[in-house]
Parts: sequence; structure tokens; C-alpha cells
Amino acid sequence: MNLKKILKENKKQIIKKWFDAVVETYPSDTAAFLKRQKDPFANPVGGMTIEGIDGLFDQLCIEEIDPEKVTSFLDPIIRIRAIQSFTPSKAVGFVFYLKRIIRDEVKNDPKLVGQFRDIETGIDQIALYGFDIYMKCREQIYEIRANEAKRISFSAFERAGLLRDKHGNDPGLLHDAEDLDAENEESGAKV
Amino acid sequence: MSDLPKPDEFLTGIDHKMPQTDWMNTPTEIRKGMYCYASNYKSVEILGLPNARPWNPLEDDWKLPENWQQIIHEGFKERLDKFRSFKVFMDICVRCGACADKCHFFIGTGDPKNMPVLRAELLRSIYRNDFTTVGKILGKIGGGRKMTLDVLKEWWYYLFQCTECRRCSVFCPYGIDTAEVTIMGRELLNLIGLNIDWIATPIANCYQTGNHLGIQPHAFKDMLEFFVEDIEEITGINVDPSFNRKGADILFITPSGDVFADPGTYTCMGYMMLFHYLREKYGFDITWSTYASEGGNFGFFTSHETMKRLNSKMYAEAKRLGVKWILGGECGHMWRVINQYMDTMNGPADFLEEPVSPITGTKFENAKSTKMVHIAEFLADLIHHDKLELDPSRNDNFKVSFHDSCNPARGMGMFEEPRYVIKNVCNHFYEMPANTIREQTFCCGSGAGLNAGENMELRLAGGLPRANAVKYVHEKFGVNMLACVCAIDRAALPTSLEYWVPEVDTTGMTELVANALIMPGETKRETDLRGEPLPGMEEDDA
Repeated sequence: MNLKKILKENKKQIIKKWFDAVVETYPSDTAAFLKRQKDPFANPVGGMTIEGIDGLFDQLCIEEIDPEKVTSFLDPIIRIRAIQSFTPSKAVGFVFYLKRIIRDEVKNDPKLVGQFRDIETGIDQIALYGFDIYMKCREQIYEIRANEAKRISFSAFERAGLLRDKHGNDPGLLHDAEDLDAENEESGAKV
Repeated sequence: MSDLPKPDEFLTGIDHKMPQTDWMNTPTEIRKGMYCYASNYKSVEILGLPNARPWNPLEDDWKLPENWQQIIHEGFKERLDKFRSFKVFMDICVRCGACADKCHFFIGTGDPKNMPVLRAELLRSIYRNDFTTVGKILGKIGGGRKMTLDVLKEWWYYLFQCTECRRCSVFCPYGIDTAEVTIMGRELLNLIGLNIDWIATPIANCYQTGNHLGIQPHAFKDMLEFFVEDIEEITGINVDPSFNRKGADILFITPSGDVFADPGTYTCMGYMMLFHYLREKYGFDITWSTYASEGGNFGFFTSHETMKRLNSKMYAEAKRLGVKWILGGECGHMWRVINQYMDTMNGPADFLEEPVSPITGTKFENAKSTKMVHIAEFLADLIHHDKLELDPSRNDNFKVSFHDSCNPARGMGMFEEPRYVIKNVCNHFYEMPANTIREQTFCCGSGAGLNAGENMELRLAGGLPRANAVKYVHEKFGVNMLACVCAIDRAALPTSLEYWVPEVDTTGMTELVANALIMPGETKRETDLRGEPLPGMEEDDA
């Protein structure tokens, strides 16, 4: 008996259980709305969550998970949870709910327990990617705050002729190291 | 590190489900990222508003007047007597839930207290307890409760998580405007000095210098003159705007955000180019004011009296300069105030004339009373009468969608004019899904004074439904530019989209017009107003 095959066959009900568990991390009134409203534009949180976990589930059922695809399915969900009132563990922890749900499917069938360990490793891996995404989102929030302040004040100062950087270039937003290198190279400056 | 859970909290936090308590029994936790800093007491003093003092929402003691409950109660009573709509809105809600899931803050934060019905219930529960017999007798069973410090803090936290965008009101079968409930709630909070600084300081600035940023007249003029230089670099034309000129036909008023913050600055350059074009071609006579240098009205988020004070300067300036009527730029809240409140507060503006376009002869019947015409109406009329020479291919690098800014859309019913203008100056236009545009448009997430930096999580959550629709048209049609007609949008959307859909940029409508506008005597244009190469000019740029 192949566990991945069983999971594929029971995908619909597993996804439903997983989705329900994820939305139950919200207050009950909100959870009811997230489950009820199917229009993805009226309910982006529910829409992105169901789309994301569906894709993640498919990744677990194939031979080897594709980090890029996992990120593309995981990012929209974590991006939302990173700005909501969740602690970091709760923002990312929904990935682990799938373990409990699959465990219920496996029950104590000794033939499946071994295969379940592989699936568990996949789930752990997805959760770790989730942690990376969560951190990236949180860093981005602070970066956005800084950029916004600079966008407002720097452009005004620059237009007033009050600002020039050391190379005579316009003041930019947060520079990447690469941009700085390129600028230094252009101006012949030694780093 | 103090934000990390302690070891014992790990054990209690294993259950993934939220504690399920009734809303009245769910305590409010003021969370970082969700609230705006308290108003600066100096700004409150300048405005002569009550209880000016330094205070911090995170501290237990909010330094309230001793009799604050009495002040709130009497303020509540006064407003119930004064505003019939408020009384009706308190009484007629049957809690059908039609509005519940329509708020961008509820959709984005998932916090039930952001359901419009519940946000209004924060006030209604006190109303029932204090002003209805049933509420007094039944207490909590009847949905009433006493005004306590916890309730007050809950009011403050959630009434400043509403952008007064009125999307909820579109869906209410009884026509309850929950934004009006928020407006009243904020008025009551202001009676005991509970405002936020992103509102209080701009109002104080506006009250003293005429605009939210506190830009003095000479600096305002300097900024526009910098734009003159930029425009000359791009087009070879000196647009030479006129300032504070008595006897001009028309006064132009726009939000100061357009003068100082990108990308609104490009929209501002667009106005200047348009006015120059019209002057050269048709002798159009318009002047800017360095005193009424703000269209936005943050008094609207504080109290009716403050809104009235700020609105009056526009009309006072129009009177002083002796103009015939006022043309208004791409602003949000200014238009809501003009359309819904101005006439009652400061009208009738009978010293002005009923607006007629000097170029097309069109009479703007809708502005008969306020004497103020929206730039989108004015432009749409010019284009309809073929008065502008346009080359839409200059905007061919943009695949554009239009975000209906809440106030012009729901506050004045303006849906077609901006679309008509944009479709005439751009070749690639795509609509977002129907339940996210026109009267159902989603707020940018930062209106009604919430565009601060410290409440970024709230703004991003509130911006999610709008950004989600933008993401859809970006993925489906390759949309890379979101047009809008509001300065708060132009400040808020770039930030929101940077998080949700970084591939899409934000523009004002008039910026797109100015890109396409063929000005008499202009040099061959190589770049758009942002200095980016025009389509086909990329190689010349290299």
C-alpha cells in the first residue's frame, strides 16, 4: 500500500480538514466567514489559503518537493499571517496541522507508518521554508516603513536642492550592496 | 526579546484554536503595528481642543479628565439630539450581518471587532445602556453595557481602525452609514483629548499655514517652481504658473501631498502642464493659492466644527481673490466634504458663479451649489469636445487599471469620468473584478488619517483586498500601473503594493494625461514625467 496514493485519493477531504484547521486559528465569526465566502475577491484570506494548501499538498504527494513551488504556494498564506495578530509560531505553525490529519488517515497501520515518516519530513521542510518566508515578510515590513519615510522626505529635500550623495547622484531609497558596488565602480571610487 | 513567549506560555499555547468568547467579553489588546501614536499635545493646544497633554496609549493612565464619563455621556446626548441620522443609525440596525464581511479591515485583519456592525455596536451598547429604557433594564442581555475605561480603550482602538470609506454602507439594507458612526465616535473621543497624531498635527498645520504639512507660502511656491524646471527639461516649455492672482477666473485647489510626495508630484506636474496648454490654446485663466494650499480636510476625522474651520479657508480664499469658481484636483476626502457637508457648513457660496467651462461652454450643473468642479469632470468634458491634442501611445509602456478612490466614488458617485479620461490617454486599460470597483471599491487601507508609519500592519491588512484584485489583473493582463484620483491613495498604494504586488506602480490620472498631452511648441519628448524613456526611446536613452 502506497501512502502517497492514498493521500491523493483522499485529497479532497484532507484539504478540507486542513483548511478548517487553519481557519479555526481565527475567532469563530471570522472562521465562519472564511469558510462560507467562496469569492476570492470578497475573501482573499480564504481564497489564498485554500489555493496555497492545495498546492502544498500536491507537493507532498510527489517524489521530491520543489522549493520554488513550495515557496510560491506558501508565500501568499504566510504573507497574510505575518501582518495579522499571530505570534510567529502560530503564523507558521498551521503547516504542522497536516501531520495530525494524515496521522488520522494512517491510523496505526504498520505498513504506512514508515511512509508517514517521509511525509512528516516533507511537512517539516515546508514549515522551515515557512519560517524563512515569515522572516522575509517581517523584514520587508520594516524596510517598507523606512522606504516610505524616505520617499516622502528625500524627494522633497532633493527637489529643494538640499541633498546630493557623495558621487553627486540623486539620493535613492535603500540601496542594495550591488547598486552601491555599481555606483562605486562607475565613479571609480575605491571601496 | 520581551515579545517572545515565556516557557510556560509555550505549554498553554499548544491549542491552535482561538479562545471563543462573546465580543463583549473579549478584552482589547492594543497591539503594536495596529495603532497610531497619540496626538501631540502642542497640536491639540493650537486647535483649542480639549485635554491637551502628552499621553501614551500603551500606558494604563491615559490622563483623562476626572469626569470623562460625564463628558462622553453629555456629548453623546448632544449629538443624538443634533444629528437625526445618528439617532436613527443607533436605533434601526437589526444586526442582519450584511455589512459584516464587507470591510477591508475585517477581511484583512480577521478581527471580528472590525466588522462594521460590531464596530458600531461598540457605541450602540453604550447608547442602549445610557439612553434606552430597555437597555437600562436588561443590561447585557439587551446588548447594553456601562461605559468603563476598558470600553473607552476599545472605542479608541477600533474607531481608529476604520477609514470611513463607506463600503459597508453600500450593503446595508437600511442605509445605515457606519462611517457616520465612526465619525461620531471620534468626535466623542476628541472631547476628552483622544486623537491620533497623524490627524491632529496635520490639522494644526492646516489651521495655521493652510496645508497639512505646514508648508509656508514661499516654500509652496518654490516647490511648484522646481516642477517648472523639471517640466522644462522634459518638454522644453516653461509653464509659468500663477499664484494668488486677484481677478483670475478660476482658483485651483489640490492636496498638498501632490506638491510634496512622490508619485503625487508627477500628478501635480500634470496639472501645471494642462493649465499651460489651456492658457496657450484657449486663454484659460487659473491661479494657485499658497494660502488655501490644501484640498484634503483632516478636520473631517476630528469633529464637524474642525472640518468646517478647514473647509472655510478654501471659500475665503476664493472670495479674496474674486474668482468665478473653483477647480479641484485629485483628492479624496476634500470631495466628500465638498459634496456632502460643505453646503450645510459654509454654504451657500453665493459670491461665486455657477461653474461653466470657459473652453467648451459646458455648465457643471452638479456643482451648482458648491461652485467646485472636479478635475476629472473638467478633463472628460475637454476630451469629449476634442479640445486636447493627445498621443496615447506615449503611455504604451503602461498597462493600466483604475482604483476608484473611495470618496470620489461613494461620496460623489464619480465612476465614469476618470475612466473616460484614462481610456483616452492610454491604449491599454483593464478593469479589476466587478465586486472590487466602482461603488464596491475597496479602500487603499490608509484613509481617514490612518496613513502613519507606526500602524503599518494595519495598513497592509486593510490594503489586502484592493491589492488582491490588483494582483489578479497583474497576473491575468500584465497590469503594471494602478491609476487613482486621490492623494492618500498615491501615498498609500505604493507602500501596500510594495508588499503585496511589487510589480505594479501607482499614478494619478492627470499624470497620464500630461504624458499624452501634445503641447504647442514642445521639443521631442524622450521621457515621461518620471524621467523614464517613452516607448521606442529606450535606445536613444542608452
